[in-house]
Amino acid sequence: MPVADPTAAIEAVFRIEFARLVAGLTRFVGDVGLAEELAQDALVDALEQWPTHGTPRNPGAWLMTVGKRKAIDRFRRDRRLDEKYALLGRAGATDAPQSAPPPGTHGAFEDHIDDDVLRLMFVACHPVLSVAARTALTLRLVGGLTTAEIARAYVVPEATVKQRILRAKRAVSKAGVPFEVPEGEDRAARLGSVLEVVYLIFNEGYSATAGADWTRPALCAEALRLGRVLAELAPDEPEVHGLAALMEIQSSRLHARRGPDGEPVLLLDQDRRTWDRLLINRGLAALDRVRDLDGERGPYALQAAIAACHVVAFRVEDTDWSRVVALYGELAEVAPSPIVELNRAVAVSMASEPGAALDLVDQLAASGTLDGYHLLYGVRGDLLEKLGRSAEAAGEFRRAASLTRNESEHQLLLDRAEALER
Amino acid sequence: MRFLGYTLGDEQAPMAPPPPEMMDAMDEFLEAATKAGVLVATGGIAPTSMGAKVTLKDGEFTVVDGPFTEAKELIGGWALMECRDLEEAVEWAKRSISVVGEGEVRVRPTDAMWIDGVYGPA
Repeated sequence: MPVADPTAAIEAVFRIEFARLVAGLTRFVGDVGLAEELAQDALVDALEQWPTHGTPRNPGAWLMTVGKRKAIDRFRRDRRLDEKYALLGRAGATDAPQSAPPPGTHGAFEDHIDDDVLRLMFVACHPVLSVAARTALTLRLVGGLTTAEIARAYVVPEATVKQRILRAKRAVSKAGVPFEVPEGEDRAARLGSVLEVVYLIFNEGYSATAGADWTRPALCAEALRLGRVLAELAPDEPEVHGLAALMEIQSSRLHARRGPDGEPVLLLDQDRRTWDRLLINRGLAALDRVRDLDGERGPYALQAAIAACHVVAFRVEDTDWSRVVALYGELAEVAPSPIVELNRAVAVSMASEPGAALDLVDQLAASGTLDGYHLLYGVRGDLLEKLGRSAEAAGEFRRAASLTRNESEHQLLLDRAEALER
Repeated sequence: MRFLGYTLGDEQAPMAPPPPEMMDAMDEFLEAATKAGVLVATGGIAPTSMGAKVTLKDGEFTVVDGPFTEAKELIGGWALMECRDLEEAVEWAKRSISVVGEGEVRVRPTDAMWIDGVYGPA
């Protein structure tokens, strides 16, 4: 019988523990870049020692202890003793270096490490960084993805990702971003940034903006995992559950969005039997948590509520479209955007008739805010097709095709245009 | 990737109820797995003596009340976990057995679609 590869097993432990390890070490040394290096050093020790000495009972605590020991070694080596000991003294006040806990106890599962992971998320998503940098840093430090994995997920050269992460860590260091969960008036905006980053990761997986693949499920899975972690770490925030609900529900349709050859399959054409009931139920449960928190529904919760209208309908014709229209109206109030208006128009076409929706889309087109957005023309083409204006519809599909960077979507739009011109 | 982890054992073997410390340790483990975003559903399972076996053959149903005589049965409970690969699921399985002290946990992917690369490594 084949026995599992020990290196792969150690790397799995490392991936599982990575965010907690980096977070705990950041608290200890005060710098995410250094913490990441120390974590890697601890992994090297584990790869050397575990195969011969056996895997420790509490591998997370072992890695943390080794990482902290290495931090102290480094500070000594650096000879800048005074300065660094002062730093250690400060860190030690809250968290002195500890030896591994006795077997059977779960020292690494202490509450403050959970809080440290949350702090790490806030640091990685700090507004001092560009959105691209926040995303890369979050995937690296909190997701534990390697730069190669991130590069593959975003279809960019690995060197680009490496540079981006390196610069991001320096920027965080230079700006003196505190390792804390912001409170007070800053909190809402900072939390908004964390949620935005997680959702951007999700969306890149859900509808890849570039490259040959229509979806990248691994990226969705990673974002969903981050969302679930966040829901446990910040359980009192309605929008945290709103985002979790949205991602759970959207993920339930991930398989159904791809045809056998990887081509996109749109919502109304999907085989609803393949939707993942477990994720749907988790999404609906997360929406219940939003409701139980008694707050106003924010943009994520409202988008989740809209997505929920679709997943609870076993057939397209069972969809409560007027509810969808109403929810888009609510969403337009809390988070006005031309894209929300565009989606509302689609819902209007389903709830009443395509002519009314076309009026809304034409107003949007006239405003010019969505010039260059391929879905504006895609939706307009769709409505024109329903109204029997085939030639105009085909023109809109071609225009949409010329504007998307996703190859699968490009082909889908061209196919629709050709079908109308036949 | 989603995995079903379940405990296997001989349900004829006498089993003492878990001591409170073990229950606490299990709660702690479940909390850690939930906070890691891994645990998506869990459930217990009662002895086969409380269940039934239903078969359909040649158009005829046969319903046999438990207990069933398989050497090893699903006992204790099960968990659905979402992990990046089998190695991660195995690590969580190790942690769950460690709570009990010894035993056997099987880890199986629940979604054959990932084999096609849909849920494969990015």
